[in-house]
Amino acid sequence: MSTASMEAALLLAGILFMLGLLSVLIRRNIIFMLISVEIMLNAAGLAFIVAGTRWVQPDGQVMFIFILTMAAAEVSVGLALIMQIYHQLKTLDSDAANVMKG
Amino acid sequence: MADLLWLIPALPFLGAVLLVLFGTKLPRTVAGLVGVGSVGISALVTIILGMDFLATRPAFYQQEVWQWFSVAGFSPSIGFHLDALSLVFIFVITFVGFLIHLYSTAYMADEADFSRFFACMNLFVGSMLVLVMADNLLLLYLGWEGVGLCSYLLIGFWYKEPANGYAARKAFIITRVGDTAMAIGLFMLFQLFGTLNIQSILSDAPQVWPVGAEGALLVALLLLGGAVGKSGQLPLQTWLPDAMAGPTPVSALIHAATMVTAGVYLITRMFVIFELAPVAQLTVAIIGAVTLLIAGFSALTQYDLKRVLAYSTISQIGYMFLALGVGAWSAGIFHFMIHAFFKALLFLCAGAIILALHHEQDMRKMGGLRHKMPVVFWTFLIGAASLAALPIITAGFYSKDQILWYALAGENGNIWLYAAGLAGAFLTSIYTFRMVFLTFYGESKTHLEHPPGRRITIPLIILAVLSLVGGFIELPHNFGHVVLFSDLLAPVLPGISASEVLAANEWLFQLLAAVVSLGGVFVAYLFYIKSPHLLHSLERSPAAMRLHRFWFSGWGFDALYDNLLVRPYVFFSNLNKRDIIDSFYTGLARMAEGFHVIFSQTQSGMLRNYVMGIVVGAIMILTISLLL
Amino acid sequence: MELTFYIAAAVAILSTIMVITRYNMIHALLYLVVSFMSVSVVFFTLGAPFMAALEIIIYAGAIVVLIIFVIMMLNMTKEDIQREKEWLKPSVWVGPAMLSAILLAELVHILTTSNPAQTEALVAVDAKLVGLALFGPYLLGVQLCGILLMAGIVGAYHLGRQKKKVIHRFLQERSAAA
Repeated sequence: MSTASMEAALLLAGILFMLGLLSVLIRRNIIFMLISVEIMLNAAGLAFIVAGTRWVQPDGQVMFIFILTMAAAEVSVGLALIMQIYHQLKTLDSDAANVMKG
Repeated sequence: MADLLWLIPALPFLGAVLLVLFGTKLPRTVAGLVGVGSVGISALVTIILGMDFLATRPAFYQQEVWQWFSVAGFSPSIGFHLDALSLVFIFVITFVGFLIHLYSTAYMADEADFSRFFACMNLFVGSMLVLVMADNLLLLYLGWEGVGLCSYLLIGFWYKEPANGYAARKAFIITRVGDTAMAIGLFMLFQLFGTLNIQSILSDAPQVWPVGAEGALLVALLLLGGAVGKSGQLPLQTWLPDAMAGPTPVSALIHAATMVTAGVYLITRMFVIFELAPVAQLTVAIIGAVTLLIAGFSALTQYDLKRVLAYSTISQIGYMFLALGVGAWSAGIFHFMIHAFFKALLFLCAGAIILALHHEQDMRKMGGLRHKMPVVFWTFLIGAASLAALPIITAGFYSKDQILWYALAGENGNIWLYAAGLAGAFLTSIYTFRMVFLTFYGESKTHLEHPPGRRITIPLIILAVLSLVGGFIELPHNFGHVVLFSDLLAPVLPGISASEVLAANEWLFQLLAAVVSLGGVFVAYLFYIKSPHLLHSLERSPAAMRLHRFWFSGWGFDALYDNLLVRPYVFFSNLNKRDIIDSFYTGLARMAEGFHVIFSQTQSGMLRNYVMGIVVGAIMILTISLLL
Repeated sequence: MELTFYIAAAVAILSTIMVITRYNMIHALLYLVVSFMSVSVVFFTLGAPFMAALEIIIYAGAIVVLIIFVIMMLNMTKEDIQREKEWLKPSVWVGPAMLSAILLAELVHILTTSNPAQTEALVAVDAKLVGLALFGPYLLGVQLCGILLMAGIVGAYHLGRQKKKVIHRFLQERSAAA
């Protein structure tokens, strides 16, 4: 069906992951950090799909479904947390939430 | 019948548990009932079992209740073994113990910690029963330590007084010295025999060791160390006089029924090992002889009524050791039984006096109590006569005479041991009647607070009767020849034969013993009733004063140990006050603290820093795995 | 199909770059939708059409919409965008970019060296097989996912509730004094 090589697909996953990671590292806005995490999760899912297709096994897609579920749960809880932070601190700056520092 | 065995130690334990759990909520009468009743039922079971034992005469009853644990081939059981020897002991423990408990309900009636007292007493009796009924040495050791614990709890019963706590600690620590020796002995026995079952050790020992084997000697000496510690013999006797800090019934229990006789029991129980090591057995005899003299001299000089009795216990246990040492096993046990009767009697009488005089223990402040407390006077007199071994009528005469006789005429006896015993008998009768004269005669110096009630006098009367008639179950063979007691013990303990030459003249030595004992009474009468000025002039001479001080302090053993052991220890511990080894651990703690300060800096609360940390870590791991 | 894959991959990378460089959250999210869609095309070309559909429905549909709703509730203004601009100074980029580059380089290294290239044709795995696997050997995982979603719902409800702010009167006094 397709002749796109597995390496190319994995490279795509890697690049997407790196971009997400880069974004997590540079952002201070906590919503952006959440978006970046979504990018990374998506990249990981892509890697699973590639692997599943490579060995013609359904397991990769099963894992993607699990990741999807996890991402959904994570976003819902994460957004709730963000709203709490915003209500408490009146800002989305993640560095402002450093009350627990050692 | 053997099925009943477990009940005997279990009942006092049950009583103790009940009193510990619910003691403070129970009314006094119920608490007392539980405390006395548990020991009483235990005594009843013992008597039923004893009747059956005497009727059917089995070699022993054996009951294994459950297996304690099983580790690497070592599987001691919670099992009880009752033979004639144990029977004598459990009879004395439960019966005398019961009387003491009964007495205590009156003695401790005004005490705030009534139920704590009875819980400890029950535990004490239960531990002692486990000790004498154990079929293996590990269970025996459990009882042994239980007895040590209870003695600590009871000596320090009035713990608010620092001196009592000190006495309790002293008793605990000094007996611990002996216990350690005994534990090492048990390790050796287990290594050699692969079991701690008493009967199999006793039957195997002659095959393992020839007579005089070094191993047997070592084990016997280690066991002796334990026995010496518990029984308050030289050189570990110093705790016993101080143990008088506890309530008087406790002293009675420690001295008569439990605790101090544990050493006698241990040596008798392991007699095979001692017979295989004649040197150790001779050591037992010598320790006994020396102890009975030293304690006798010390008892002469004490003013505290209870301390006199304490030293007399040390001295009487010395007699038992002497008997065991010369191989007169049944004589030693016989003296143990008789001693339990009269010593419990004397202590309980002393308690009644102390209670009546509002906790006055100094004999110099007593006097003239003869008419005020007739029951106590007569029973105390009977106990004292038995202790002093007045001839013919008292039980003490028969038991002590037997020991003296075998110390001279027995196979291992010799003239020196006999001389020591005889001198001890003389001292015994002097200090005993000094006590009687000082306390009950002379002019009255104190006001009687409350006369003893019925719960106090009934145990006294029972014990007094036993102190008189108890001796008639074993009479010398030239004088009635009753051997009920040694017959009972014959299947368990080997008999002893007296030398033929001396046997013909046995009556001569009995006469000598009788004269010595009566002579002691006369000396006491002379000094304390007839012509007290003799005593005063004697007291004034400097040599006598020095000697008095020396004996009063118990031959300076406390000071000796203080200088020899305690002071150097304190000195070294002072040197090492800022614990050198500990500084290493303090250093570790400091290091952890330093790292804590450093690493807590990294807890900046900045989410991005944490993510950065994760990324750096991932890179490091990935790099390492690529390079390797 | 191969060309489709490469085009989709290029779009995915480009749109993701746009996501991470935006100052306005809504813009970023729109690019994110593009990114997800192009990834879903990649899935399609890899022979996982069902997953491609799920990607669009859940990622692009549910998750992004959820985030947008939250952003709308938070009332973002021009100042926020301005502040975002201040936070994203070029100097901030240096370190993270280097770290990411190193990681990517290592990944590329692994991909190119470790496995000898096997250029077999990718075969589609249809949804039926996935379904059988999900409710066969992965049944426990499915149940765990259910529990996770349940926990997510409860957690989101609990955390997202607007509690009436109760400040202790002593604290109030102290903050007033400060």
